[in-house]
Amino acid sequence: MTSSPSTVAPGTKAPTKTPKKHRRRGELGPVAQAGTHVALAAASLIALFPIVWLVYLSLGPAKDDYLHPGGILAKATLDNYSFVLTNTAFFNWLWSTLVVAGGTTLFGVMSAATTGYAVSRMRFPGHRPLMWVLLLTQAFPIAVLIVPMYEIFSQLRLVDSHLGLILVNCTTIVPYCSWLLKGYFDTIPIELDEAGMIDGLTPFGTFWRLILPLARPGLAVAAFYAFITAFAEVAFASTFLLDDSKYTFAVGLQSFISEHDAQWNLMAATAVLIAIPVTIFFYLVQRHVVTGLTAGGVKG
Amino acid sequence: MTLTAPAPAAETPRSRRRAPRPVQRVRDSYRRYWYAYAMVAPVVIVLGVLVGYPLARGFYLTLTDANSLNSARTIGVNTIDATYKFIGLDNYAEILWGPAAYDRFWSHFVWTIVWTVTCVVLHYVIGLGLAMLLNQRLRGRVAYRLLLILPWAVPTFVTVFAWRIMLADAGVINTMLDTIGLAQPSWLEDPTWQRTAAIMVNTWCGVPFMMLSLLGGLQSIDENLYEAAEIDGASAWQRFRHVTLPGLSSVSSTVVLLGVIWTFNQFAIIFLLFGNTAPDAQILVTWAYRLGFGQQPRDFAMSAAYGVLLLAILIVFTSFYYRWLKRNDQLA
Repeated sequence: MTSSPSTVAPGTKAPTKTPKKHRRRGELGPVAQAGTHVALAAASLIALFPIVWLVYLSLGPAKDDYLHPGGILAKATLDNYSFVLTNTAFFNWLWSTLVVAGGTTLFGVMSAATTGYAVSRMRFPGHRPLMWVLLLTQAFPIAVLIVPMYEIFSQLRLVDSHLGLILVNCTTIVPYCSWLLKGYFDTIPIELDEAGMIDGLTPFGTFWRLILPLARPGLAVAAFYAFITAFAEVAFASTFLLDDSKYTFAVGLQSFISEHDAQWNLMAATAVLIAIPVTIFFYLVQRHVVTGLTAGGVKG
Repeated sequence: MTLTAPAPAAETPRSRRRAPRPVQRVRDSYRRYWYAYAMVAPVVIVLGVLVGYPLARGFYLTLTDANSLNSARTIGVNTIDATYKFIGLDNYAEILWGPAAYDRFWSHFVWTIVWTVTCVVLHYVIGLGLAMLLNQRLRGRVAYRLLLILPWAVPTFVTVFAWRIMLADAGVINTMLDTIGLAQPSWLEDPTWQRTAAIMVNTWCGVPFMMLSLLGGLQSIDENLYEAAEIDGASAWQRFRHVTLPGLSSVSSTVVLLGVIWTFNQFAIIFLLFGNTAPDAQILVTWAYRLGFGQQPRDFAMSAAYGVLLLAILIVFTSFYYRWLKRNDQLA
């Protein structure tokens, strides 16, 4: 084992006595290492800055403070936060968001589970067309369905209701969850199904008793994804919710910025309050989401 | 002991050729596959009701002159019936070669293409660069990784507002540009700068996903290939060109397709960054939305027609992309 070379602080000349010593693959020389650190640090700074800036501005008490950021430090307060929590519809929005995102998740995952299984295990006439429909529906631009949905829902009086928004969100979530779950079921060995059949289980019994319990991680990923997507959905929510108290966060946040008045400080505080839990949640699950998204994407 | 259930598929095409009568065939197929149909039923029904019917309805609307003044609506207790009429393909003709076709459709079409290509190229190149930097033995790798996916972790509708504050006329970006003596563009007012700003924000939002997917791809490339290449005397560039890129090809084709679809359909960034301003920076999706919901009277028929055209563009693109991928697979 070669001992790992002492890492060199970027900028200082390294006391590397044995520069020609054989390096293990993937290990970098001091210059390359410093360069890598500089590049990654710069990229991280760019990634981080807008968020930090938003947090910083949320501490400024006046709505024009974003124009004089230097002054905020001296008068930083949490007033914006207490104002948002006590004097705005924040908790209504929280409730709406949870209802819509939770409803979409529940409905999406429940209706998609059996389909994912059937598409993964059984070849039936109509199998390929169904896969294509599932794939294509995920890629629908919002502009395709939003107008007819609005027309239909206004006749059914589903505009400005959470149920309506859940149904609209399901147009993309259901096919997506089906694909994602299909991908997960594909990883469960088919021998299990065969064993179940031999023991006399029906196809439904196999699914329900054998496969579904094993697919819990897959169901969780589908649920996370559905929740996050519905949570952050902007276009449908902005169109289908009309009443201030029914807004989801994605719509509510916009309401601070109107043509006449822009309360940037309150907007920033609300944004931070929304972002903190979601970001933590996201970090906990992100590894699975990446795999799920690329696996669900293209496997013709 | 027969296992009819999983994958009896392979034989179906051949056995179908010999199947005697259509009625018999339907009955056979039903008996063999009824549980498969029962399992896909929930999704088929949901999609039929929530996607199929509205899609047909939307297509019908594009053949009418429906807008918010002549559609069925409810005012107080009065219900007013729809009075729009069938006008055939006039909407499509007006969009594609009517008198204002260039200003209203083609200029947005060109911008949408530019937007999609630029953003996806930037996502891919920056994402790949960062992934390669992260795919090394390096101190602080985990910390960098956590910081770099932040733009993806925080919801877009939050971060776009952060950018909107930063890009404002006297916002922090212009202040910084001023201190280093550069011009201060009006990001949110001037059409060219609006487009630049939109691309910038979308790049910022989209790089982390690319980076993570490509990092996964890089980690799955066999180390021995690099070693063999090195022994054969391949330069760093040659190793990148002949080992890294081919090793990434399957991940790349997936993420590029996803990237194109997502960017082409990207609604939230442009909608939230500019509000109801910036007609020139609207891509087709947001433009269609604006026709249907951002103006008075709302032009439902026109907006739906844009939607149908958008879907057509996406379908054509995706099928060409698949064909191209298949051909490349055969060559390789």
